[in-house]
Amino acid sequence: MIVEALAFYMFAFIAVAAGVLVISSKNPVHSVLFLILAFFNAAGLFVLMGAEFLAMILVVVYVGAVAVLFMFVVMMLDINFTQMRSGFLQYLPLGALIGLILLAEMVVVAGGWQSISAGAQMAKAVAPIAEGTTNTHALGGLIYTHNVYLFQAAGMILLVAMIGAIVLTHRRRDGVKKQRIADQNARGTDTVETRKVEVGKGI
Amino acid sequence: MVEAWNSWIWPTVWIVIKILVIVVPILLSVAYLTLAERKVIGAMQLRKGPNIVGPFGLFQPLADGAKLFLKEMIIPSGANPGVFILAPCVTFALALIAWAVIPFGEGLVLADINVGILYLFAVSSLGVYGILMAGWASNSRYAFLGALRSAAQMVSYEVSMGFVIITVLLCVGSLNLSAIVEAQRGMWFVFPLFPMAVIFFISTLAETNRHPFDLPEAEAELVAGYNVEYSGMAFALFFLGEYANMILMSGMTTVLFLGGWLPPLDIEPLNWIPGPIWFAAKIAFCLFIFIWVRATFPRYRYDQLMRLGWKVFLPLSLFAVAVVAGALLAFGWLPTPVAG
Repeated sequence: MIVEALAFYMFAFIAVAAGVLVISSKNPVHSVLFLILAFFNAAGLFVLMGAEFLAMILVVVYVGAVAVLFMFVVMMLDINFTQMRSGFLQYLPLGALIGLILLAEMVVVAGGWQSISAGAQMAKAVAPIAEGTTNTHALGGLIYTHNVYLFQAAGMILLVAMIGAIVLTHRRRDGVKKQRIADQNARGTDTVETRKVEVGKGI
Repeated sequence: MVEAWNSWIWPTVWIVIKILVIVVPILLSVAYLTLAERKVIGAMQLRKGPNIVGPFGLFQPLADGAKLFLKEMIIPSGANPGVFILAPCVTFALALIAWAVIPFGEGLVLADINVGILYLFAVSSLGVYGILMAGWASNSRYAFLGALRSAAQMVSYEVSMGFVIITVLLCVGSLNLSAIVEAQRGMWFVFPLFPMAVIFFISTLAETNRHPFDLPEAEAELVAGYNVEYSGMAFALFFLGEYANMILMSGMTTVLFLGGWLPPLDIEPLNWIPGPIWFAAKIAFCLFIFIWVRATFPRYRYDQLMRLGWKVFLPLSLFAVAVVAGALLAFGWLPTPVAG
């Protein structure tokens, strides 16, 4: 029990500290690295709660893919750090306000979930996992069997977003050389001639 | 005191012993994999390969190791020292922690977790960070270009690897690696899922930055790619990490498609041989193909590499997921009944 508590406080403390360092470190690449550290510790917290599937998905998706792209972009940016830092304190009140609003809303949501009777019933309905099933099976049943239409709707929205992103960023540029693979593969042997060259003769 | 020993100290000591029993053979295998690579490529090119140090050149890896260990580690003045030193450590550590879930035999596994294959997939997808950090922290054009190439390449091939893993998981019904091996008792998955096995193996070549996809270190264009600024032990850690990753990917191929520790046929003389030996033999077979490919194929051009990943493997593996799922459902071969 005490080991679990210690592990929880370790993960939680490192996650929060890494979160603070994300916004306070001077170098954006260091920020991304601290963000990755925060993701890792969140995954550790998931494992402590017994949600190992979510923990692994968090690492695969956020650390393995999303943060790589972040890092990719941030590394290539050529930013003047001191100039970027100059307005930092100016935005502090606004940021603090937004943070406070978010905190208040989360408290209201969590409190409402606990206190309202319907909410308490719903919490009871989703929470327990039948004995002997792994949480991968439980999640699968929940998403693909019981809430399949919501899942499909989310998929559709993501598809539209993806197509939108491609349409917005894809430009046709002139003067770009491209290889037509089909043409390349369709080339017969008539375009190439092989000759046996005798030593010292030349062609 | 006795209670503390039983409940705290002894388990800790025991797990450290188990970790050492896994890690030391892996490091030895890495050392001798480098020798095997040079010997095999030598044989394929009608050369002898290293044969001076010790009998048949068997002490060559030790000599190489001692050389790297004694060399000075230089940190370039323009480099970012913290990240520069962290990068090889990350690469090496990631190459080793993945072995925690690999089953070497029946019940012979350090951590038999429910989501073993996801853990492996996660760890292998993290390998890109060591390279990205090295490339960025070196503050060198060549290293940076190598790192960017590597990041794009690994992210691209992970996608098709993920789909191939899904086809295997559909046939098993579990994410546990021991369960995946047990499910192949009747037939190894390489036979029914042969195209998937081929795609998976080619993707592992790209994931480990090996030939013919070794563009991150393409020495003709980028000197040595992401590790050009590294010397001494830091370089050695990259090297060890890369080769440990090769062995790990071979182990993953073995577990997913070649039946892990199971003998080819469950008959008398074959099943006398213990599981870990079968497992090692299959890994050695995969590693031989890794080296064979290196000795045979020219390097891919970068746009061809991306085309292969996104326009060939991704649609093929996505299609295969649909076909495998459909076949399992249509013929009632699903491993677990569909939940109501």
